[in-house]
Amino acid sequence: MAYSNKVLDHYNHPRNVGSMDKSDPNVGTGMVGAPECGDVMKLQVKVNPATGIIEEAKFKTFGCGSAIASSSLATEWLHGKTVDEALAIKNTDIVNELSLPPVKIHCSVLAEDAIKAAIADYKKKTAQNADAVAAN
Amino acid sequence: MTYLQVQSNGLVDLDMLASAITDKTILISLMYANNEIGVIQPVADIGRIARARGVLFHTDGVQAIGKVPVNVNRDNIDIMSLTGHKLYGPKGVGALYVRRKGPRVQLAAQQDGGGHERGMRSGTLNVPGIVGFGEACALAQAEMPEESRRLAYLRDKLRRKLETELDEVYINGTMDSRLPHNLNISFAYVEGESLLMGINDVAVSSGSACTSATLEPSYVLKALGAGDDLAHSSIRFGLGRFNTEEEVDYVGDKVVDVVRKLRELSPLYEMAKEGIDLTKVEWTAH
Repeated sequence: MAYSNKVLDHYNHPRNVGSMDKSDPNVGTGMVGAPECGDVMKLQVKVNPATGIIEEAKFKTFGCGSAIASSSLATEWLHGKTVDEALAIKNTDIVNELSLPPVKIHCSVLAEDAIKAAIADYKKKTAQNADAVAAN
Repeated sequence: MTYLQVQSNGLVDLDMLASAITDKTILISLMYANNEIGVIQPVADIGRIARARGVLFHTDGVQAIGKVPVNVNRDNIDIMSLTGHKLYGPKGVGALYVRRKGPRVQLAAQQDGGGHERGMRSGTLNVPGIVGFGEACALAQAEMPEESRRLAYLRDKLRRKLETELDEVYINGTMDSRLPHNLNISFAYVEGESLLMGINDVAVSSGSACTSATLEPSYVLKALGAGDDLAHSSIRFGLGRFNTEEEVDYVGDKVVDVVRKLRELSPLYEMAKEGIDLTKVEWTAH
């Protein structure tokens, strides 16, 4: 399979690889995919609660080069975005940026799902914290 | 038609085979050696069972000839398919061995025409192909004792390298009955296609057909009972006449590097190291 230069670049130099503390209230974690399907993405965002801006994004991915590139690109795009701006990232944006072939479109869908899952996790945590504060 | 399951080592269970034969059975057909995992079936035993039960025995010898000694009389093989391009012969030429006596095998021709090859296959003969195939067989036969030792040495060296420098690597198929040039390994927590991408100056194949549109992992590995996750993590290394020891060392070093790098990237490896049982995780299927 021919990979675009951008996919190769992300594969050879993945951005923002790593893990953040899941229990940090400002960190949202999304894990999507399944080992038997050949793709698992873990994507984490750290949000500044005062500004609502994503200050850090990290990923780890088990999957093909396109899956690695899609999640690596997603973490780059997440930096500096607000939570709502992050939710506006579409899989088609990733497809276009990385020139993914049709057979690899599911990788971009997975990256979008991972973003949404991470932000949903963050929002759930903040809502729980708000409830906890209100209960006090 | 009865399909037989193979054991987890890739070999057919002889008792299962014997008990699957009924009064209606006319043919047993079995691959001599498998193309993905290189395991060599107990062909002599199967031939003996077939002969005792009066059933014809066909084997696909494409992967085996030129690599290991094949003898149709010793193994009671009645029909055998062969091809030129798997033993450094020309592409586009093959052969079908058909036993003439003891028992005589009679086949129906697949095409009509001028009645060439005793009516078995009409059409102008591909003489250059036939001559090339024959010469390739002669060369393979002459070089086999030394060449198979050389290949097995290189293959075992590669295996040792990968097994000593990496954890959680699993050999697919038995090593006890195997073509000398084949190594099929699963690297747990690393996806096969991403591994291929990291060693793109080496021609290997990911056992899983994940570059195809179906994303289905190898049916051969699934038949061994490997989970889909390990089937997605496998690579087949095939060594050949023109590979040198330097090349094999290079591949070993490179695979170790790339697997380590990809495991750094792998959420599954991280979870496994944290002691999480991956089979208990609720994954989001997609």
